[in-house]
Amino acid sequence: MSDLTITAGDIRAWIADYAGAIAEHRTELVQLDTAIGDGDHGTNMDRGMRAAVEKLEATEGDDIGALLKAVGMALVSKVGGAAGPLYGTLFMQMGAKAAGRSELDLAGWKEALAAGVQGVQARGRAEPGDKTMVDALLPAVQALDGEPGGAEALKRSAEAAREGMLATTPMEARKGRASYLGPRSIGHQDPGATSSHLLLQTAAARLAA
Amino acid sequence: MKKLINDPDAVVSEALEGMEAAHGDVLRIIHDPKVIVRADAPVSGKVGLVSGGGSGHEPMHGGFVGKGMLSAACPGEVFTSPTPDQMFEAAKAVDGGAGVLFIVKNYTGDVLNFEMAADMASAEGIQVESVVTNDDVAVQDSLYTAGRRGVGITVIAEKICGAAAEEGKSLAEVAEICRTVNAQGRSMGMALTPCTTPASGSPSFELGENEMEIGIGIHGEPGRYREPLAPASSIVERLATAIVEDLPYQEGDRVLAMVNGMGGTPLIELYIVYRELDKFLRERGITIERRLVGDYITSLEMAGCSITLLKLDDELTRLWDAPVDTPALRWG
Repeated sequence: MSDLTITAGDIRAWIADYAGAIAEHRTELVQLDTAIGDGDHGTNMDRGMRAAVEKLEATEGDDIGALLKAVGMALVSKVGGAAGPLYGTLFMQMGAKAAGRSELDLAGWKEALAAGVQGVQARGRAEPGDKTMVDALLPAVQALDGEPGGAEALKRSAEAAREGMLATTPMEARKGRASYLGPRSIGHQDPGATSSHLLLQTAAARLAA
Repeated sequence: MKKLINDPDAVVSEALEGMEAAHGDVLRIIHDPKVIVRADAPVSGKVGLVSGGGSGHEPMHGGFVGKGMLSAACPGEVFTSPTPDQMFEAAKAVDGGAGVLFIVKNYTGDVLNFEMAADMASAEGIQVESVVTNDDVAVQDSLYTAGRRGVGITVIAEKICGAAAEEGKSLAEVAEICRTVNAQGRSMGMALTPCTTPASGSPSFELGENEMEIGIGIHGEPGRYREPLAPASSIVERLATAIVEDLPYQEGDRVLAMVNGMGGTPLIELYIVYRELDKFLRERGITIERRLVGDYITSLEMAGCSITLLKLDDELTRLWDAPVDTPALRWG
């Protein structure tokens, strides 16, 4: 498979795509969150991603680290809820790993994504199987390993996120507001895992192109 | 959805403008990022008390900003935790050199955002302590949940800690009092109807004409158990038994009792709840020494109630009785 090169322009386009996907799925995310949380996930992420896109437009240069950090800061200050600190941390940690780089190859992307997901786990103290965004994110990082590399790896990563998202349905929530429902959380797909799948899906569609 | 609003997206900011116009003698509003601040803050040498959470629980927290209670409150969107930049702004606005206590309800979003804010404030040289309240006995405290939710005791902790801070107690002392109040307090709530956030436009859950939810939180989330509607006496027995057995509260104990409306409950029904609670506790030799009956920590227009008990001692009673001057609590 051909080598993968992710430019700063690709990252900008990916964030815009993700904002679009969140807006498109806003109602679905609200419905998923209403079932087992408090029904604000779609609204909050939509507000946050619109702010992130605005902030990116105001951020010059081709330092991928600075771009991702700007996205993270916008999310932290606009989203609220648990998703604000968690997605904010994801992007800020990715940004810290990619600081000073104007291009990423597959290894660089994996390093950044892995750091971001590790940040999410540290902030939210969630383990795989807790019915959270980690259940979509962690398999997506792991799926970047192996052959073939390049663009195919990004597609595998998005597919792993999708499977991870679907796997949250039969789980009983052990973190976040859904955990208050106990067994009543079973049978519902996790809204955080759903928005995380969209993140990896838009990444594969844009960055593997 | 039928609500007395102008624009679903402007609910929080327009309500803040209303508070500013109504209560300018007690508080002022920072509009970006949104913070409700005591009018005379920062008070030199006094510990600053900051709380916050999603909007939709009024009067908590903004209605409790003023002399003898909170120094500042950070309102999030409806049922959504506020953001770290709001809490950081609040800490800067109220730090009088004696440090700042964050009183945080145990909800994942609130905890994560206050943690980030504490990091930001510390980096700026502001001394910060955080106490997380978790008094809701409806939730099992285990490794397998996010832990017990912080609910009614938060109101009482804000009043008692506010009095302690006003007396000039240190940050460590005020934090310790806050932990004591939380440790000696327990709550549980129930709902007769769900509620509708302005942004979503539809009810947070469906409830049949003859059903109720036992063990609800304050964000319109469903409860732990759905059951056929029962008389007030048996609902109170259900809630109070869970509370009393949990601490446990025992014969000879003196308590502060809060019968709290969820936002859409007539006061006449809350007094029936109080009547049943008073009877229930009397039979067990527990004396209600102080009480609050009314809407203090609500869930928009939800009908239902919660009960909170705090085991009192002379010091906590004295701090509870100390003067307070806020939009929603005022005496002395």
